[in-house]
Formats: sequence, C-alpha cells, structure tokens
Amino acid sequence: MTRTILYNLIQILFVLVFAPLYSGVLSRFKEIVQSKRGPSIFQPYRDLWKLFHKDEVISSETTWIFRITPYLVFITPIFVTVLIPVLTDYPLAFAFMGDMLAGGFFLGLGGFFAALAAVDTGNPYGPMGASRTRMVGFLAEPVFMIVFFTVSFVAQSTIPFIVQQKWIENAGAFFSPAHVLLLAAFLMLILAEGGRIPVDNPAGHFELAMIDESKGLEFSGRGAALMKWGGQMKFLVLACIFLNVLLAPWGLAQGLEIMQILSAVPLILIKILLFAILLVSIETSLAKLRLFRISEFLGAAFIISVTAMIVSIFVGS
Amino acid sequence: MPVGESLNTLSAGLILICSFAMVGTRQVQGVLRFFIVQSLLLAASSFLLGFDEHSIHLWALGIITIVAKVIVIPWILKRTLARELYVRREIEQTVNIPASLLLSLLLAVGAELLVGPLSSAMGNLVVQVNLPIGLACVLIGAYSLAARREAVPQLIGILAMENGAFLAGIAIAAELPLIAELAVAIDVVLIVVIVGLLTRDIKRTIGTTEAAGLSELKEEPESWR
Repeated sequence: MTRTILYNLIQILFVLVFAPLYSGVLSRFKEIVQSKRGPSIFQPYRDLWKLFHKDEVISSETTWIFRITPYLVFITPIFVTVLIPVLTDYPLAFAFMGDMLAGGFFLGLGGFFAALAAVDTGNPYGPMGASRTRMVGFLAEPVFMIVFFTVSFVAQSTIPFIVQQKWIENAGAFFSPAHVLLLAAFLMLILAEGGRIPVDNPAGHFELAMIDESKGLEFSGRGAALMKWGGQMKFLVLACIFLNVLLAPWGLAQGLEIMQILSAVPLILIKILLFAILLVSIETSLAKLRLFRISEFLGAAFIISVTAMIVSIFVGS
Repeated sequence: MPVGESLNTLSAGLILICSFAMVGTRQVQGVLRFFIVQSLLLAASSFLLGFDEHSIHLWALGIITIVAKVIVIPWILKRTLARELYVRREIEQTVNIPASLLLSLLLAVGAELLVGPLSSAMGNLVVQVNLPIGLACVLIGAYSLAARREAVPQLIGILAMENGAFLAGIAIAAELPLIAELAVAIDVVLIVVIVGLLTRDIKRTIGTTEAAGLSELKEEPESWR
C-alpha cells in the first residue's frame, strides 16, 4: 500500500516535471517543420522560473474567485494523474477512487473556474474567450459522453486501468472498429480541449481570435505561472490518457519493483515524443477553422463516436 | 473476435463514416473523394470476405469494384464535367449540414432497428454488421439525393446507395453469379456516362447545374441566372 502510494507520487512528479518539456518539444518541432529555428525545448521551464520570480498584480475589482483559480487550475490535473495509468500497468493506491468520468469532471472543474476568473476581471477579452471556451466545451461534452459509454460498453468498466487491458487482449480487439473509431474521436477531442490548431491557435497573439489564451491575460507573476503550468499538465494528462489507456498500452511498468517504474519513464517519453510528431503534423497540415465551423469539427467527432457505438452494438462485443 | 472479422467490421464502420462524410461535405470534389475512399473500403471488405470464405467470386467482385468505381467513374466525371467538379466549392442545401448529419445518424439507428432482428436471426457476424450498415448507407444516400441541390452530388448519392446495397449483398449472397455483378457494374458506369453528359448539356444551355433553379419553364435562356 505504501509502495503504491509512493508510485503515485512518482507519477505526479513525472507529470509535474515533464509537462513543460512536452509543450517545449511541441513548439520546437512546429517551428522546425515551418523551417524556423524556434526556441529551446527548455524555454517553458525558463518562462515558469521567470514568472515565479515576478510580482503578482491583482486588480482590486476582482473577487476571491480570481485568487483561487490559479491554484485550482494547477491542482486539478494532479488529481487526474492519480486516477490514470501514467507509468504503471496495474492499479495504484487511488485508482478506484474515480473512473474516467471523474477525470473528466476534474478537468472540467479547472476549466470552469478559469472561465469564471476570466469573467471576474472585467477585461473585455476575458469574457469573450470564456464564452468561446464554453462553446467548444459544450460541443465537446456529448462526444466525451459517447466515448465513455462506448468504452464502458466494450470493456464493461470505466476505470482506466481496466480499460487499457481490453485493447491488447488480442489483435482482433485492437483492430475492432470500436477501438479505432474511438481513437479518432478522442484525438479530435484532445485537439479541441487542448486548444490546438484546427480549433484554436496556441501560438496566436491576436486577442480577438483567441479562445483558450485570452482567459489567462489578466494573470501575472505566480498566478500566470500556475495557470501556464496547469495548462501544460492538463495537455500532458490528456496525452497520457490517449496513449496509455486508448492507443498503445505498451511500455508501462508491469512489476512492483522501483527499477521497473523508473525504466518505464524513458519508454513513456518516447511514446509521447511520437505523439508530439503526430500532433505537429496535424497542426501544420491544417488551417485554423472559423469560429462557427468548430461545431462542424466537433460534430464530425460526435458522428465518429456514435458510429463506434452503433457498430459495437451491432457486433455485440 | 478474430482479426479477419474485426477488420471487416472496421471497414464497414469506415464505410458508414464515409457516407456521413459525403452528407457533411460542402465541396463537390470532397464528395467525390469520399466516394472513392468508400469504394476502396468496399473492395477491401469484399477481398477480406473472399479470403475468409475462399470465394473467387468475391475477389473478382472486389476487382470489378476498384476498376468501375475507383478508376472509371471518377475518370468519366472528370472528362464530362471537369469544370463543374473543380470550380464549384459551396453546395446549396435545403437542410443545413449539422442537421443533415443528425438526420443521417437517425437513419443509421433506424436501419439497425429495422434489420437488427432479421440479421441476428442469421447468427452470422458478417451479416450482423454488413446488413444494417448497408441499409444505412442506402438510406443516407437516398437522403442526400433529397437534400442536395446540385446535380453532381446527387449523382454521387445514387452511387453511394449502390455501394450500400453492394455491402449488404456481399454478406448475404456470397455466391452471387459473377455475370449479375458485372451487369450491375456496367449499369453504374452507364448511369454515370448518361447523367454526366446530360448535366454537361444542361450546364451549356442554362448555365447552372443547380437542381433548385430548374423549377420553372422559360423560353429565353438569358433570364436564367
């Protein structure tokens, strides 16, 4: 028991440490593909370091919501980390505290407070970005639900540790339509939730076109650092769910020895690196959608997930 | 579930998604591209079935599908209506695209409700998957015939209906005489030739291929927009 709690702590540490690296690698790759040199992959660490050492300015017009939001945005991905397989193949101490739905709830809680804080400031761009994020959020919600229903229908469980075993039972399960179509739908969800390119441009600096970024405009100093770090962790956690639970549950630690846990770290990093290459190729080959076309993008994700559900009901597996 | 059957189920699911995509695409060229992908998947599905059931008919069927629907039909369409295919971008629709997608989803669920009891009585996994999805493709093709307002996507809607019928057919009657399938393939190609030439003539005399614009008779071509 104490050992699995220790491993949980290692998982949390993994997410904390490598989340900025992941976003640094992503932006560096993207710049290289666009034949620029780009910032160092360690730039996000330097940004965080700089922000933590700056003074924090909080408008006197804001309420307590604005003050607690950075902490909530920072802490909610950590709660999700406890529930999902990041490094291990077997359930850890808190795995049965909540299922994938609980993970979605935690991430949604952080997003909810971020939107409230953006409205709280009175900055004209904040509420605009908040309402747009909510629009993307409620369009993504039904897809999330159908994905969960299909997963629970196929695997008879929504605990991520049990679900991941289902796909690698045999090759037939891996190529089953429910699995492949769910992967496509969930990838589209990650693009929407992470504010990546067909939906939102993470590198954009034009306030009127921002969706995700404009919520953090009013934060400074430590608050900004926590918001930024929290966002990076959320994206890494989503990638971990996609890779370790749905796409390829290989390379995870199978034994209880601590060396096995530590040797799983580079394998997971390689998997995440490959995923980053996939994301970059998607991002550079697509253009950002117009705001009212986002509903069609997520509508397509919805159709794909419902098709996954229909087909898996046909087969009855 | 064995790999062969699960691959067949996967390709059936992708065929259904191609049908949805044809309803949801605005560009004529995109609709044609999804039709080509759907036909390729159909051929793959019939190769898989032919491999599973050791049926030379299904292999021949797959080859006929590739020749007729992936090579010949797009080639004819490009020859007869080249500008029509590449110039037009936005398609006018009577129902907007998200609503269309939801309606086609309902059609797919309805297809399952309709033939679900029948196909589960057959007890064969391939039939259980292909029959409802084939029927769903037929219904969605019929819907896109009604909702589209352009000649070329309507034509592709007819072809998509044929694809759906084909998907259901290879599951139910694997040993269908080859001559019947050949006749159907030639039939489809002839339909495309005739509709393509007709559309080109309509385009030449009237200046549009929008079916909605063809509602009244007038003597002077100038009054058409």
